[in-house]
Amino acid sequence: MEKGSFEVKVGLAEMLKGGVIMDVTTAEQAVIAEEAGAAAVMALERIPADIREHGGIARMSQPAMIKEIQDKVSIPVMAKCRIGHFAEAQILETLDIDFIDESEVLTPADEANHINKQAFKVPFVCGCRNLGEALRRIGEGAAMIRTKGEAGSGNIVEAVRHMRMVQSQLKELTVLEEEELMAKAKELGAPYSLVKQVAKLGKLPVPNFAAGGIATPADASLMMQLGAESVFVGSGIFKSEDPAARGEAIVAAVTYYDDPEKLAEVSYGLQEAMKGLDMSEIPEGQRMQERGW
Amino acid sequence: MTVVGILSLQGAFEKHRIAIEQLGISVCYVRYPADLDGCDGLIIPGGESTTMSKLLDESGLRPAVLDFAKKKSVLGTCAGMILMATDATDKKVIPLGLINIKVSRNAYGRQIDSFTTSLELSMNGSSVTTRGVFIRAPRILSMGREVEVLARVKDEPVMVKQERHMACTFHPELSSNNYVHQYFLDLIQKPVLA
Repeated sequence: MEKGSFEVKVGLAEMLKGGVIMDVTTAEQAVIAEEAGAAAVMALERIPADIREHGGIARMSQPAMIKEIQDKVSIPVMAKCRIGHFAEAQILETLDIDFIDESEVLTPADEANHINKQAFKVPFVCGCRNLGEALRRIGEGAAMIRTKGEAGSGNIVEAVRHMRMVQSQLKELTVLEEEELMAKAKELGAPYSLVKQVAKLGKLPVPNFAAGGIATPADASLMMQLGAESVFVGSGIFKSEDPAARGEAIVAAVTYYDDPEKLAEVSYGLQEAMKGLDMSEIPEGQRMQERGW
Repeated sequence: MTVVGILSLQGAFEKHRIAIEQLGISVCYVRYPADLDGCDGLIIPGGESTTMSKLLDESGLRPAVLDFAKKKSVLGTCAGMILMATDATDKKVIPLGLINIKVSRNAYGRQIDSFTTSLELSMNGSSVTTRGVFIRAPRILSMGREVEVLARVKDEPVMVKQERHMACTFHPELSSNNYVHQYFLDLIQKPVLA
């Protein structure tokens, strides 16, 4: 009997496909998320929009808060650790967290290195802006990739940019000659073995989800139509005026992402979405997507 | 021509599609009641049983699946098995009651306890060895006498069959062979008389 293999890590990511992973900061919110149909919850101290607004150092969640959420819901519970902060990840692993997000939403702990995720039995998800970044994280052992987007912005533009970039770079790889792949690996800054694998597959070897700015059912549909296999919704649900109804609508929007009539039906009657930020309102040094490489 | 429906509300439906297509059979993703019309069998995949139970009701698929299952075969894997049980021992999930088993969700623990293991499947009078991938897997707590066990891990049943339906606690769609899918196709094509 073997535990903690890459196969069972990716296996859980496969089970989350076609679902919605919702950010929650309390056990009550976790229950609302589960009742709304979330496939998993992400337990964190503050949602990205509040981290952005209030500043300070954003760290891993408190064990007591994680435990309370694990006791209240039966769906997988994820949590974030800081980029490069393997001690936080070790603690999350002993707390039996189902998936660790090594996340740019928290303040980075290491500006040069990400965590060696192969050293853990628990699976990791990491953000990316392009294919090279995705393959570096998979090379380190990530079992799921998501777009970084711009967390806490309520603005889908960055998630769209990142998803389109990954998809077009994937397509480009599939038409290259084999002898061109090493040069491409050098250009992408990605492991050659993964570049070869992806050129053959035409897709990432792990599930590819969307995150960072999803606030409406239409946003979720857009990301799914661009090739995402699931969506993370951070601030979009509990920063809106009607979290339960909006959560349910986004869950339905992921299942029926290609059915505009159904999307209209689930969006009907929703109250205001989160206000959100234009990218020009977020100074370059404060963009979370710039954290990590 | 045989068409296998795959319930595609949430979860690992794509991996089941690949497994069935590798056996040369067409697939139809099922998200609306009318999608079942052209299907000869239905697979309920792994995923989150709470999410799928909720979407079964919102989509109007619950009565359609129950009706379908009166005449045709259904295969459930992991969360799919929980949905096929008569008792899911959790009020967050309303099961379909297609196989007389009582199951417990996430019964081996959280993801850290997910595992792979070698297991023997007894099918059509012979047995084959495969690798079972168990992800936050459920356990079968008890079963009716009409339920036949097709595979066990350490004496515990992990794959069962009742008349035309079958279910397993592991993920055959994540193994490198298609034994379970082939057996399900045999069930569809030669239905057992109830």
